[in-house]
Amino acid sequence: MSQEILKLTCRQLRDEIAKGEIKSSDAALAVFAQIEKYDGPIGAFLNTFKQDALQKAKEIDAKIAKRQNIGALAGVPIAIKDNMCTTFGTTTCASKILENFRSPYNATVIDKLLAADAVLIGKTNLDEFAMGSSTENSGLKKTVNPWDKSRVPGGSSGGSAAAVAAQMCFAALGSDTGGSIRQPASFCGVAGLKPTYGRVSRYGLVAYGSSLDQIGPLTKNTEDCALILNVIAGHDEKDSTSVDEKMSPMCDYLAGIEKSVKGLKIAVVPQLFEGADSEVVNAVKSAIDIYKKSGAEIIEIKMPHFEYSIAAYYLIATAEASSNLARYDGVHYGHRTKNAGDYIEVYTKSRAEAFGQEVKRRIMLGTYALSSGYYDAYYLKALKVRNLIRSDFTAAFGKADCIMMPTSPTTAFKIGEKTADPLQMYLSDVYTIAVNLAGVPAISIPCGFDKNNLPVGLQIISPAFAEEKLLRIARMFENQTDFHQRRPAL
Amino acid sequence: MTNIDYKIIVGLEIHVQMAAKTKMFCGCELAFAAEPNSKVCPVCLGLPGALPVMNRKAVEFAILTATALNCKVAEFTKWDRKSYYYPDLPKNYQISQYDLPIGSNGFIEIPVPGGATKKIRIRRVHLEEDAGKNIHTAGPFSQVDLNRAGTPLMEIVTEPDLNNAEEVKSLAIELQRIVRFLGVSEADMQKGHMRFEPNVNLHIKKDNNEYKTPITEVKNLNSFKALEKSVAFEARRQLDNFLETGECLQSGNKKTFGWDDIKEVTVLQREKEEAHDYRYFPDPDLVPVVVNEKWLSQINSRICELPLGMQKRFVSDYSLSDYDAGVLTSDKATADFFDSSVKAGGDAKRICNFITQTGLKIANEKGCSVAELGVEPDRLAELAKMADSGQVSATAAVTIFVEMTQSKEQPGRIAEKLNLIQKSDAGELEKIVDEVIAANPQAVEDAKSGDKKSKKAHGFLMGQVMQKTKGTANPQVVAKILASKLKI
Repeated sequence: MSQEILKLTCRQLRDEIAKGEIKSSDAALAVFAQIEKYDGPIGAFLNTFKQDALQKAKEIDAKIAKRQNIGALAGVPIAIKDNMCTTFGTTTCASKILENFRSPYNATVIDKLLAADAVLIGKTNLDEFAMGSSTENSGLKKTVNPWDKSRVPGGSSGGSAAAVAAQMCFAALGSDTGGSIRQPASFCGVAGLKPTYGRVSRYGLVAYGSSLDQIGPLTKNTEDCALILNVIAGHDEKDSTSVDEKMSPMCDYLAGIEKSVKGLKIAVVPQLFEGADSEVVNAVKSAIDIYKKSGAEIIEIKMPHFEYSIAAYYLIATAEASSNLARYDGVHYGHRTKNAGDYIEVYTKSRAEAFGQEVKRRIMLGTYALSSGYYDAYYLKALKVRNLIRSDFTAAFGKADCIMMPTSPTTAFKIGEKTADPLQMYLSDVYTIAVNLAGVPAISIPCGFDKNNLPVGLQIISPAFAEEKLLRIARMFENQTDFHQRRPAL
Repeated sequence: MTNIDYKIIVGLEIHVQMAAKTKMFCGCELAFAAEPNSKVCPVCLGLPGALPVMNRKAVEFAILTATALNCKVAEFTKWDRKSYYYPDLPKNYQISQYDLPIGSNGFIEIPVPGGATKKIRIRRVHLEEDAGKNIHTAGPFSQVDLNRAGTPLMEIVTEPDLNNAEEVKSLAIELQRIVRFLGVSEADMQKGHMRFEPNVNLHIKKDNNEYKTPITEVKNLNSFKALEKSVAFEARRQLDNFLETGECLQSGNKKTFGWDDIKEVTVLQREKEEAHDYRYFPDPDLVPVVVNEKWLSQINSRICELPLGMQKRFVSDYSLSDYDAGVLTSDKATADFFDSSVKAGGDAKRICNFITQTGLKIANEKGCSVAELGVEPDRLAELAKMADSGQVSATAAVTIFVEMTQSKEQPGRIAEKLNLIQKSDAGELEKIVDEVIAANPQAVEDAKSGDKKSKKAHGFLMGQVMQKTKGTANPQVVAKILASKLKI
């Protein structure tokens, strides 16, 4: 029974629970049994809340028994990337500096999930402060890829992707600053949606690169992405950068998801396929062929500034990060050194002791980029490049409904393969970063497997606030393939 | 003997706490002297994940001030992060405004001796959030109170157009009046609502050469007295230092001083201007502020007559002394109350006296403004008319004024009740004068004598009449009758 439950999608589970066919508490028990059985070696979770989750599941079962109104995610066990603030458990960002930090408030997305009657089962591992592409930068735990435990799950939302792939939750929230939802989704063979910047409130998401960060779902399929986006999207008065719904109205992303897009025009950028592994290129090209066969028009375009996105990103994101992470100083909360002679040493030693290498590297890079005398040459220049990249996307969307390309140039790489060379690690985000710089939405869905039986991700990018259409386009592929239904042998 | 002439050059930075109800970027209440760390939330504590949301009211206040200071108001402005590490700054950056302040290139007119005014240019007006407070009284460690963290502060920077300590003080007082008139700040010095940082140096002419002394900045002055004295002290200290060492202004030799309120001396804090790199960059958590015409005109429709203009009008239209007009325009409520009372028909000088000699005293005791004493302008005007026409004496008018603060009745009715209507009927008063003359022959003789006893005796007889009438006799009428009876 419990294995059967675990195979369901969020939408299926929610419907069964609502009908009274499955008890929410059984779904929760199934998930915790799976975690107890498999998360030892996989290491997706930093923290689980079995007691609280079972309690909440029972409350939902009681609601259903009493025929009370229930939310859109009633009884569905969901995991949260541990860079979103929760009043339950700790909020660590996988950093020693926040190892014991308890937030006195919930992120807006957490409140929204709770209001939709979701059962929040635990907090997942990530690269420290979401800085990384493999989850190897976690200061607290190692996470492996459920498809091959010698490989990384991708990152930074590696814990969330691994948890969904290993059926240890029905969906998870991740955050995406330069590909941190899409790339691990691709590596773990699940769907991962990065919504338009401003579509989902960032309030309570521990900031990495504030102008790039966006929360989104990692799920078993696009339908579930739509379901969760319905719950978490919307203007939040606590986040000034969340979008005014009068300007771009919300819609029901789920309602029309099965409607295929007539006269679909897909843009591809041939130059971009050059840098990817051939197996990845083949899988993505086959996927595009499937669209072509079902009537889509394929348009070849150029995006002349795309190649500068990594350079621009590592100035903008690190500049913002250097400022965002200044608050972790040992004075007010978090790790404080025991060896400070004066207050300056409280800062320097607390930070030196508790931040990991990659975080320190990015803080230094960002500090440098913002320094007087360098600001114009680095930060300001990067902002100009960002505008050019935006205009590449605008031009592309003048011709096509979406752009398709690989999510990542490779499938999941070996643990330790790229840790010695940060630049190689940065290059694994070559396809995802430009999307964050442009602020547009994109989804990664499984579109094939390589010879090692590792999933390949197809990235579909759409204009800002066109998530409804983006999800329909992705769903068209799922309706003709079964890659999204394959699960790793654990 | 060398020939020395010098000019004091002062530019002023002023921080003004806005009279907003909540903090600059969160909903926390602004409270003075509350329990430490009781007025805080995730945003002003700088907790992970918290995001700022702009206080629109504070922005409107700053725009209003910028307009009143004749500034160009930015059509597009934004928020910048200013980075530095200090325990009272929970995010280790302050949200401020760097290259696009709300207001720029304005001026303020300040009163200078002789009833004239001087224009001082305003370089910029911008908004920022205040830091918390470090407390060092608990023992071998420091404590941080973040109640003040996030308080909306307006920073106003003048050009170095001030040339002596008196002008510096005059600007500070004038600015206090302006922000109070506009209602954008309580500008309560005791509560630290206004803090000053003068930048001082001297331009010295010596033997036909010109020298500039190193600029010093005196930090964090929170009274007019400290401001005035520190500038005067710095000018003297710099002159002495120049004569002794000949040290001149060079890039990088700006010094920072504090002010010792007890010894009344400036105290060196930092020898050299530290090469502070604040790494300003636009705050990605806040959207830029677009000040469109509609919003600007809505805000500026709230602008009122400013204190100096009002003061000048009281002098020219109501023939008040500059001093009296200054007292009346020290706060808007008093100024408006005075103006309305005069417009309701009262004589300006008399209303002014009511307010400055009696009203302010009662208001002070009650801890409110004159306008809040419960005396409406039309009733005060009525009282002034009664005093002018001799219906009540000047002394009785004061009694009636005091009574009016307790009662809603018209001054005439109060005068009747208290039996304060003056007796001006000559026939009736003549009878009383006759009685007094008959009863006091010695005094009458003295009064008639014409020598030095006469004045005293005359006063005595007047007093007797007043006593018999319980103070209600019109003294002018009595004096006339008495004079004719005594033939003096």
